[in-house]
Amino acid sequence: MSETIKRPKRKNPILKTRAPTLPPDRRSRIALGLVRGAALGNLELQCCAACGAVQYPPREACVRCLSAELEWTVMSGRGELVSETTLRHSQELFFRERVPWRLGLVRLAEGVSLVAHLDARCGPAPSAVTVEAALDRAGQAVLIAKPASGETALADEPKLRDFTSDPRFRKVLVTDAKSPVGQAVVKAALEAGADLVWAGHCEPWKNPPGWPAIAELPKVTLVPLDVTDTKSVNELAAELGFKVDIVINTSEHHRTFGLFGRTGVETARAEMETNCFGLLRLAQAFGPVMQSRGADGDAGAVAWINLLSIYALSNFPQHATYSASMAAALSVAQALRAEMRTAGIRVVNIFPGPIDDEWNQLLLPPKLAPSAVARAIVGALKGSVEDVYPGDIAQDWLARFRDNPKALERELGR
Amino acid sequence: MANRIAGYDGVAVAVPVTVPYERFSIRGAHWFIASALKQLVDGAGISKDEIDGLCVASFTLAPDSAVGLTQHLGLSPRWLDHVPMGGASGIVSLRRAARAVQAGDAEIVACIAGDTNHVDSFRQSTASFSMFAQDAVYPYGAGGPNTSFAFLTAYYMRTYGAKPADFGKLCVAQRTNALQFPHALFKKPLTLDEYLTARLVADPLRLFDCVMPCAGADAFLVMSEDRARQLGLPHARLTGAIERHNAFPDDPVQDRGGWVMDRDRLYESAGIGPEDIDLFEAYDDYPVICVLQIEDLGFCGKGEGPDFIRRHSFEANGSFPLNTSGGQLSIGQAGAAGGTLGLVEAIRQLTGQTLGARVENARHALVSGYGMINFDRGLCSGAAILAAT
Amino acid sequence: MKPQDSAPGMEILAGFTSALATGAIRIVDLTQTLGPDFPTIVMPPEIGQSRAFRMEEISRYDERGGAWYWNNLSFGEHTGTHFDAPIHWVSGRDLPNSSTDTIPVADFIAPAVVIDCSRESAADADFLLTPDFIKIWEAAHGKIPPRCWVLMRTDWSKKSDPAAYQNFDEVGQHTPGPDPDAVRFLLNERDVLGFGTETIGTDAGQAAHFLPPYPCHYYMHGAGRYGLQCLTNLDLLPPTGSSLIAPPLKIQQGSGSPLRVLALVPSNPARSRP
Repeated sequence: MSETIKRPKRKNPILKTRAPTLPPDRRSRIALGLVRGAALGNLELQCCAACGAVQYPPREACVRCLSAELEWTVMSGRGELVSETTLRHSQELFFRERVPWRLGLVRLAEGVSLVAHLDARCGPAPSAVTVEAALDRAGQAVLIAKPASGETALADEPKLRDFTSDPRFRKVLVTDAKSPVGQAVVKAALEAGADLVWAGHCEPWKNPPGWPAIAELPKVTLVPLDVTDTKSVNELAAELGFKVDIVINTSEHHRTFGLFGRTGVETARAEMETNCFGLLRLAQAFGPVMQSRGADGDAGAVAWINLLSIYALSNFPQHATYSASMAAALSVAQALRAEMRTAGIRVVNIFPGPIDDEWNQLLLPPKLAPSAVARAIVGALKGSVEDVYPGDIAQDWLARFRDNPKALERELGR
Repeated sequence: MANRIAGYDGVAVAVPVTVPYERFSIRGAHWFIASALKQLVDGAGISKDEIDGLCVASFTLAPDSAVGLTQHLGLSPRWLDHVPMGGASGIVSLRRAARAVQAGDAEIVACIAGDTNHVDSFRQSTASFSMFAQDAVYPYGAGGPNTSFAFLTAYYMRTYGAKPADFGKLCVAQRTNALQFPHALFKKPLTLDEYLTARLVADPLRLFDCVMPCAGADAFLVMSEDRARQLGLPHARLTGAIERHNAFPDDPVQDRGGWVMDRDRLYESAGIGPEDIDLFEAYDDYPVICVLQIEDLGFCGKGEGPDFIRRHSFEANGSFPLNTSGGQLSIGQAGAAGGTLGLVEAIRQLTGQTLGARVENARHALVSGYGMINFDRGLCSGAAILAAT
Repeated sequence: MKPQDSAPGMEILAGFTSALATGAIRIVDLTQTLGPDFPTIVMPPEIGQSRAFRMEEISRYDERGGAWYWNNLSFGEHTGTHFDAPIHWVSGRDLPNSSTDTIPVADFIAPAVVIDCSRESAADADFLLTPDFIKIWEAAHGKIPPRCWVLMRTDWSKKSDPAAYQNFDEVGQHTPGPDPDAVRFLLNERDVLGFGTETIGTDAGQAAHFLPPYPCHYYMHGAGRYGLQCLTNLDLLPPTGSSLIAPPLKIQQGSGSPLRVLALVPSNPARSRP
C-alpha cells in the first residue's frame, strides 16, 4: 500500500543539487498520437474505422484487417492487471534513481495488452484497474494503471506524484496576484497545500477589491513584479528565482478592440508587451535557474503555467489585437516548453474562454468566473496535463477548431 | 489438397565452431564473425572460396549486414542471407541454408552468428531494437527484455503453480553442465540457495535468471550429406525443422510459443516422437522460456512443466539432458550467437566432438530457438531435430 | 539683442560663467531621475495610455557588443520630469509655434518664482492654489513679473513611495494644484510663461471635476504657454531670483518631452559656496 505524501526534509545546502534526468524520450510519430490525448488528460488509442479493432502499441495499419483508417478515440481505460513486476535495476538513469519501480501488464477490456506504470495502491494480479494516459517528466505520454475504485489521485502516490506538478510543499510565484484571476489563483494554490506563494504585483497605487485581503493571508509574500519592465523581472529572479518551484504567469493585458476599432498600435503594443514579451522576460529570467532544479528532491522546480486564452487558437476579430498577442504568447510558451522539457519541467497552457471581468462586460454568458480559472490551474498542477481548456466556450472552440479550423475562422469572423 | 512439405533429406550439418566468449571486447563483430569463418574453413579442410553460401546473424554488425561482410571477408557467395531473429536465428538460418543446399543454390553454406560486446553495447542495441519496444516498453524504465519476462514469469507462476525452486533447479543443472565447458564464462558452481537468494532484478526474476551479455560467435556448415562424406567430415543429419512468428497474438500473456502450432509436423518429418529425443538444447534467455519449450515441444502438457521439472534431472547424465554445455545462462549470451549455441552443442554431442559433458548414446537431438521481444512477447520461434549418422 | 549690444553681452556671459565657477550662481537640478520605477500619469483604462519609462539593454560589454554599454529607451512624451507644449491640449491645437520643435528657444530660459504651499499640501492632498493665496505671497515677495515660470512648491517630490506619490483612492487622484481662478489670474493679470509642479500633472488630482476640467492645461496651453511637471528640489530655491533652463527635446511635432530642468540661483553674497 502507498504511504501518504510526507513533507520533504529541508535540503542540505552543501550537497550538490541532483541534475534532472529524463525517462526515455524517443517515440515513433504514430506513437505520438498518445500525447495528443494525454496533453488534455485523455487516454486515446487507435480504433479501426473499418472493423472496430482497438490497436496497441500504436501502428500504421489495423492489426486485424489492415485498414489504414485508424482514428484516435478516447478509451475508458478499464482493464485487468494480468501480471506485474518491480524493477530493481535499470539502464536508464532516470529509473535507476527511482528504483524500486512497479510496472504492470494490463489487458484492456478492448482486448489489447499494454505495459503501464503501476500505482502502489493496486492489488496484486489479477485485479481490476483503470488505465490513464499521463505525461512523464520528458513530456511524453505514458500509461498508468490505477485501482479501478477508491482514492486514486496521482499526486497522493509518492512514486506517481512525479507525473504531476503537485503544489504541496512547494513554493509558487503568481506573477500578477492583483487581478481577479490572480487573487483566485493565490487562494487556490494555498488551499492546494503550497508552502509559500509569492504574490507579484505592480502599479502600487492600484488597490482593487480583494487585494488588501490577499496581502494579509499567511504564507503569502508580496513581491514587486512588472513583467513589462526587464529590470523588475530580473531583480525578482535574482532574489528568489532559485527557490521558485512553480511559476503561474497570470499577467495579462486585455482590451476589446477589433482591428479598426482603435487607431494606432499603442493598445496592441501594450497587449504584446505584457502577454508576449512579459512571458519572454519571465522565461529568460526564471527559466534557466528553474531548469537547474528540475530534479531537486521531492519539492523541486516542476511546472510553469501560462494563463493564455482560447483566442490564441484562432483570432477572435472582436478582440483582434488581444487575440494576436495571445497567439504570440502561445508560440513563446511552446518554445519555453521545449526548453524546460529538457529539465523535466512541465509548461502548461491554460486557454480559458472569456473571463467574467470588466473588459468582457459586453460578452454574453457563458463567461468563466476567476475562481473557475483558478480551479482549472490547480487541477492541472495536481494532474498530468499540459493543455487545459476550461469552461464551455473553450471546450466548444477547441472542438470546432480540431474539427475544421477554417470553419471556426469563418464563424468567429461573422 | 495441401502441398506436401518437403523433408530435409540429404542435409548435413558439420564443423561446430565456437569463438571463445569474452565478457567485454574492444573488437568489432566483424572480428568474431571472421574468426568463426576461419575456424569453419580450417575445420572443414576447404579453401575459403568453396564457401558459396553465407548466412549471418548479428546485433552489433551495423552499419554492415551480411552484404558488407562479403567484401570485408573476401567472399563471393551465390547465396546470401541475413537473419535478424535473435535467438531463433540459428534454427532459421539452418532452415534457409538447408533449402538452398537441397535446391542446389549453394553447396557449402556457412551459418555464423556472432556479436561483440562493448561496455555500452547493451544500451546501444536496445535503443534501436524495435518500434513497439521504443514506444511501449522502454519509456517504462526497462532498458531491455527483463520487464517482459518478469511479467511472463510472474504470470506463469501464478497460473500454473511454478515455484522459484523449479526454475532454480534448471539453472543449477545448467551450471553443472557449464563447469565442464571450456568456453563458459561462469566457472563457479551454483547452489539452489544462491539462486533463490540472489538479488532481485525485476520481481520475480533474480540475478541468475538473467543471461550475461558477452562477445563471441558460434557457427556451423550446412552441405549435402554426400559432400560431408566426401570431405570426411563428422556430421549430423537434419531430419526436421519448423519456425513460426507472432503465434497466438490474442493470448493476453505469452504462455505458449509458436512451437505448439507446428510440433506435430516437426516430429512427423523426423519420423520420431518426443520420447526419442536424447538431449534438448532449449533457448534459455530466461528459465521460464525453457519450461515453455519443454511443454510446447511435447514433453509434457501445458502447465505441467513444474511437475516435469520436479520429476527429472537435467545434467548431461540426467534423465532429461538439457543445455548440456550450460546454455546461455551459464555460458553467456554472445548476442545473436545465443541462438546458435544450442545447434553447435547438438552437433558436437551427435558427432562425438563434445568439449565438455557428454550425453551417452546420443542419437537424436532437439534444438529450439526463440527470440525478438518486439513488445510483450517473443515473436520468433523455431525448432530442429538432428540425428546422428 | 541688437548687434551694438554684443560687447556688453560678451562681458555678461563671461561674468556669468565665472559666477558659476565661483558659486556666486549655483545650479540646482530640479529633475527626477528617469527610471522605470518613477510613476507615470494613469489614464482611465478605456483610453490610450502613456507608456511608462522602460530601458532595454542593447549590450553591456558582452556578446551583444563587447566594448560598450547602451540602451534602447521607450517612454511617453509626458514621463518623469517633463515639459508640456501648447499643442498638447485641445485648446492649443491651432496655435502657431506650439510644438517642442517650434517653440521659440528664447522661452527655454526664463525667470521663476516659487510659491510655497508645502504646509498646506501636507495637511490637505487636495489643496488648491487660489488668487488670494497668490496675492498674500505677492505681498511678501513682490508682484509676479511677466513671462516667468510660476512654480508651486508642495514638497510632493519628497514622497518616495509611488503609491503615495500617485495618491489614488476609490474616487480618484488627490494631489494639489491650481484652481481655475488662479490659472486665469496668472495668465490674464500676470502674463506668466508657464506653470510648474512637483506632482504628476500641472493640474490638481481632482481637476477632472473642475470647470473647465484641467484648467491649468486648458488655459495655459490655450494661451500658448507651457507646463512643467514632476519637478523636485523646489525647496532649495528662493521665492524669487532664480532662472530656469528648461528646453524640451526637439521632437518633430512633439507635445512635450522629458527634460533636464536646471535652476540658476544667485547665492547669498555672504554665504557664497563653490
